Amino acid sequence: MNTLRNHLGLIASLVIVVLIGLGPIVSQNAASREVAFTVLRAIALASGLNILLGYTGYVSFGHIVFFGLGGYIGLYMITAQGQSLWVAMLLAGLSSAILAFLLGKSILRLRGAYFALATIGVNEAVRAFINNFEPFGGPIGMSVNFGVYQKYGGAMQALNMSFYVMLALTIVVVIMSYLVKTSKFGLGLLAIREDEDAAEVMGVPAPDSKTWAYVLSAIIPGMVGALFFFKNGSIEPAEAFPLHTSIEMIVMVMLGGQGTVLGPLLGAAGYQRLRGLLLINPLFKNIQLAVSGVVLLIVILFIPAGVVGWLRRRWPQWRRVLQ
Amino acid sequence: MDLLLASLVDGFLLGFIYGIAAMGLTLIWGVMNVINLSHGPIIALGMFTTYLLFMSLGIPPYIGVLLAAVIGLILGVIIYLIAVQRVIDAPHLSSLLATFAVNMIIIGIGTAIFTTSPRNVDFRLGALTLGSITLQYTRIIAALIAILVTGGLYYFLYRTRLGKYIRAVANNRSAAELVGIPSNRVVAISFGLGTMLAAIAGALIATFLPFTILAGGTYETKSFVISVLGGLGNPVGALIGGLILGLLEGIIPAFTQTTWVPVIEFVLFVIILLVRPNGLFGAKE
Repeated sequence: MNTLRNHLGLIASLVIVVLIGLGPIVSQNAASREVAFTVLRAIALASGLNILLGYTGYVSFGHIVFFGLGGYIGLYMITAQGQSLWVAMLLAGLSSAILAFLLGKSILRLRGAYFALATIGVNEAVRAFINNFEPFGGPIGMSVNFGVYQKYGGAMQALNMSFYVMLALTIVVVIMSYLVKTSKFGLGLLAIREDEDAAEVMGVPAPDSKTWAYVLSAIIPGMVGALFFFKNGSIEPAEAFPLHTSIEMIVMVMLGGQGTVLGPLLGAAGYQRLRGLLLINPLFKNIQLAVSGVVLLIVILFIPAGVVGWLRRRWPQWRRVLQ
Repeated sequence: MDLLLASLVDGFLLGFIYGIAAMGLTLIWGVMNVINLSHGPIIALGMFTTYLLFMSLGIPPYIGVLLAAVIGLILGVIIYLIAVQRVIDAPHLSSLLATFAVNMIIIGIGTAIFTTSPRNVDFRLGALTLGSITLQYTRIIAALIAILVTGGLYYFLYRTRLGKYIRAVANNRSAAELVGIPSNRVVAISFGLGTMLAAIAGALIATFLPFTILAGGTYETKSFVISVLGGLGNPVGALIGGLILGLLEGIIPAFTQTTWVPVIEFVLFVIILLVRPNGLFGAKE
């Protein structure tokens, strides 16, 4: 019983993810399944980013590079090498981790805005490179031969399966996010966020910790990328590395509350919901981007700690749940 | 060889305009340590100012540039007062996201009004032929205006009282406050100046290149590259950085496909950030 109480924060987050996932499973409605897929994808990406952004305090503006790279590696494995989705996802996660490790060893030395600029540079450089990289189809990209889906029981069944895999990935990322936060390693990251020099003096191995935080935050986006583009059926550079989506990920984390497990989850679900509502509203349909901008501005200016941060301050007795 | 020379001169002329766009970005960074992520949309608004004035009222583009400058200045001060002022001392993430929110608002409204279809200011002045190379007058005049603007900015920053205030605030805001400089107003004006330079750059680009409402994004990332090349916060460095980038864009296509240009640009960008974070001409760490 006590152990359950100690992990209320994790349980609350998992319940929300499972509820989002259960809706379409119960209703068996393809449209709501697609919506839920998008929400889960947003949660997985935002929670991954949160490990670096929320816990460690490093703003990665180009985090989408791992999603895109994962997508490319995954689709290359599936189409050109004839591998299964599982191998593709594994390799996608691995290559994202390797890229993050190498980047971590180099650009994580930069701080503040310099690091943010460097991540934009990395994303743009990788995108421009893949645009020229013939094995990956250059500017045209790659597409999945329809026959590939036969292995998974036809295209319909493959779509369904992708949803379950996405749900599983989201659960994994939430658990990972919680484990990191409650571990000694996570405490070190939080110390780095508050004051890197002081943390180092207190014995936190800052450069290594930052690098591993970067690696952890990159793996899941890489795997999500492979899954997403497998389901999508094709990939091209502009779709794989949209700087805009990258910044939307930051918005979701900020909206929900950076540095919390629940925050990115609520932020991602809320942001997607808001966008969906705006898109079907005839009045706001054309200016949904502008409305999202106004919402973001209000959050930044008035509730910089995000929803969860605000709730935690408002109702301290609920802090155990609002991890 | 002639082709290389022509594209080199073209790139050089374009470099001046890149330079003033980057100077705007770097000026804002120098004064208030904020990276303005709404730089791109302002560049696009500058483009559309010239476009609308020319296409609907027939006003010559170079007068449009003046108007774009005024709009850029006013808009910048408004953006500062609404979005930036409150987060100026907060962690970097806040100011980055606040200016990005402004970016979303402008692009959102802009896309709704103008759609994302490509536009073109249908304005020609002929071309100048020098030996074997041909240069469009629109590019030459745009570069001349950019030089003029740079000179004006230099004069303003070093010879006028307000300009000296700006440099004082950039140097040390609290010390400037102590000697009686109204720092908040000075910072607001600096932000306006930065966006004004962006709007001018956009207005000039519109006179010889096609564009869309989203085109500002490309020039914004180029401005990042240039600012870092020249050292963030260093306006003269930004101009030189702009020329370097322009020349690179002129040279690279002679050796390989044009599509490799951004790869080289961004790899260079990351390397310079790592090796010389203060820019090519800045002091070592």
